[in-house]
Amino acid sequence: MTSALSGFRICDFTGQLAGAGATRWLATFGAEVIRIEDPVNEGRWDILRGGSPFKDERRGIDLGGAFNNHNPNKLGITLNLRTEKAKEILREIIRESDAVTENFAAGVLEKWGFGYESLKQIKPDIVYVSNCGFGHRGPYSRFKTWGPIVQAVSGLTFSSALPGMPPAGWGYSYMDHTGGYYMAMAIMLALIHRQRTGEGQWVDLACTDAGLSLNGPALLDWTVNGRAMRTEQGINSNRSQFEAMAPHGIYPAAGEDNWVAISCRHDDDWRALAALIEEDWCSEFNDASARQGAQDKLDDCMKAWTSRHDKFDLERRLREQAIPAAAVQKPQERIDRDPTTQAFGLWPQTHHTEIGDVRVDGNPVHFSETDWKIDHGAPCLGEHNEKVLTELLGMSVDEVRQLREEGVI
Amino acid sequence: MSALTGIRVIELASERISFAGKLLADMGADVILVEPPGGDPSRRYPPFVDDEPGENRSLYFMHYNTSKRGVVLDMNDATGQERFRELIEGADILLESEPTTRLGTLGLDYENLRHIRPGLIHVAVTPYGRHEPLSDVPCTDLTLMAAGGPPWSCGYDDHSLPPVRGWGNQGYNTGCHYAVMSILTALLHRHGSGIGQFIDVSITAALNVTTEAASYSWLVAQETVQRQTGRHAATQQTGETQMQCADGRYVNTGVPPRFPREFANLHAWLTEVGLVDEFPEAVFLEMGANWEGPFDLSRIATDDTIRAIFIAGREALQLIASRVSALEFFTGCQRAGLSVGVIYSPEEAFEDEHFIARGFHVDVLHEDLGRTITYPGAPYQLPASPWQISRRAPHLGEHNDEIFQSRE
Repeated sequence: MTSALSGFRICDFTGQLAGAGATRWLATFGAEVIRIEDPVNEGRWDILRGGSPFKDERRGIDLGGAFNNHNPNKLGITLNLRTEKAKEILREIIRESDAVTENFAAGVLEKWGFGYESLKQIKPDIVYVSNCGFGHRGPYSRFKTWGPIVQAVSGLTFSSALPGMPPAGWGYSYMDHTGGYYMAMAIMLALIHRQRTGEGQWVDLACTDAGLSLNGPALLDWTVNGRAMRTEQGINSNRSQFEAMAPHGIYPAAGEDNWVAISCRHDDDWRALAALIEEDWCSEFNDASARQGAQDKLDDCMKAWTSRHDKFDLERRLREQAIPAAAVQKPQERIDRDPTTQAFGLWPQTHHTEIGDVRVDGNPVHFSETDWKIDHGAPCLGEHNEKVLTELLGMSVDEVRQLREEGVI
Repeated sequence: MSALTGIRVIELASERISFAGKLLADMGADVILVEPPGGDPSRRYPPFVDDEPGENRSLYFMHYNTSKRGVVLDMNDATGQERFRELIEGADILLESEPTTRLGTLGLDYENLRHIRPGLIHVAVTPYGRHEPLSDVPCTDLTLMAAGGPPWSCGYDDHSLPPVRGWGNQGYNTGCHYAVMSILTALLHRHGSGIGQFIDVSITAALNVTTEAASYSWLVAQETVQRQTGRHAATQQTGETQMQCADGRYVNTGVPPRFPREFANLHAWLTEVGLVDEFPEAVFLEMGANWEGPFDLSRIATDDTIRAIFIAGREALQLIASRVSALEFFTGCQRAGLSVGVIYSPEEAFEDEHFIARGFHVDVLHEDLGRTITYPGAPYQLPASPWQISRRAPHLGEHNDEIFQSRE
């Protein structure tokens, strides 16, 4: 099977997840992604390099599990950009690349002498995609972020909550994942534009712009109706937001920290649910307006019932009646015992040169002609120096050895 | 010219994919939304313009269907099916979230359509994938999120409270992000090769791989993360990161100060707002500012000085937070070099000067309503091939004549 993106080469400075996640997608579809890392600080531009989780008791800069998860299929080279020779090598790589990608704080690449104007001089049709929290323009462009800060400022933390409580927010960097998705889209949109016109461009991606755009209908309710999401009564984001559905929530099930999500969309769902529950209180709620008007009481009644049952039993029994329901799956449950993720091939095993065999996230898609594939784990520090410098730039093995001795790579 | 100008997309209306269609349409694709007679149910979702319901007044529908044209087709009758085939003849992409066997039953699945339109990219976005019968069982954004993993990681330190699903149909959004990434990948491949394909996108699979450490902690080390209030779920409990400010709003304090420059800036800020005399521990901030060598937090349990400096950093932030607004705290911390965020509601973020300066307020003419409506702007800025809302969402069947007459 051929690869969808073979022939595209990315000169990649991205790290963490918001950047690395973007070029990960491209690499799993066959693009040649060359990660540039700093040999002096052992690639610690990316704080995940060498960080937990670890597969076994070994520790080290090449053994980080998160880094491996976010960087499979990429090539890794080291360049000490404090030296003029390394800068010249970088120029040669850029000349051979279709895109340059980075998610440093605004202005870092320019400070090194590789801002967009310089990149264009090296390669006139280069696609340059920068990704930072607040973008390169605007009053906050120098402010620093990571996922939770992006989520806070863009309204997503606020709108994940239970009433009377502080924001629950997102218990992971939703906007690092999603910022990476938008960065991948931006790279590909710019490459499509270049395919059709021959023209490159600089895409200034701000994760907070992307995050804020995920609140669409709430923002229109504000601009059109003047209705704010910040209210006295607070938010219960487990309830339905757009359509009026009740009961609609996450309810306790038997056992420790077990939960089940139930969405009762309409009267038919309610009648079917009441027939399963078979308790007197149900008759109070036969009317949709009664369910909507007394959701707190309804939720209390629901809790008393659900907490006596196994979450997967509830899931099965409700689904048999065509009522939307799902257990809140723990990681082990959705990874190791959920037949749907297994059947989709969602957790491929990959081989990392130092870590060994380890499973990573797959892509949640399948292409009939050019599907994704993960051939190898993330690169060790400088693992592909010789390969890239000899095969791409035509250097000899001796020249590469000399660069290493001089501290250039 | 936008990046996707000239690319035609046929979208079979469903709330699960409308955002993917919008992302393509706002980048210039000619997206034709195909609705059944009576319209897509999301036309009836609140909120409405001036809170008055109506099939062309849903703000939900208006947001998710910008820049599209719209036709009505009854896919259950022969005329509708014939017109659908005609649409496919001129299409580059089919985007749909139909029940898994529906198009096959009609003789209109990829195996048929690829002959009508060689090079067609057919994207099916379903709850569990096209080959999974569970995809046809009723579901909502909430139940897909629960099955796919996000709520397990979200909520509060108090585990007697339920896990929390974030608002905004982010489950659907995540499936849509993968649908668009897939389409762009397939378009890059089709250019030159002419090869189209069928693409199977699973929403729950998309959620499963959008959970960061929850998945890889299990995959790599068979460890389970636990949810915590307002911060990352983790395999071991971590320190709180949310603080309430003087105006009642919250901030996320991110990583506490741990570099000499940060302690120095914090001390300077404390002095600037006149609180240094109320805070005897300021002396530890000065010690932190003058620290030589690495400030090794791994020694916090055994080194009293490191612990005192670290705690003073957190307490100084708490003191300042209790006296200033969340916005002042955010900008003050950022100017001190600390990565802190104000926890805005969506409308507060929308009105912030930064987003306004970046052009995030986009006015769209609604000639039908006799007014201009301000929409949220671009998620990315491509100056040579810009994002743009080219038209308001279509009325029900608005473009039937235009699209079908042009073919006769």
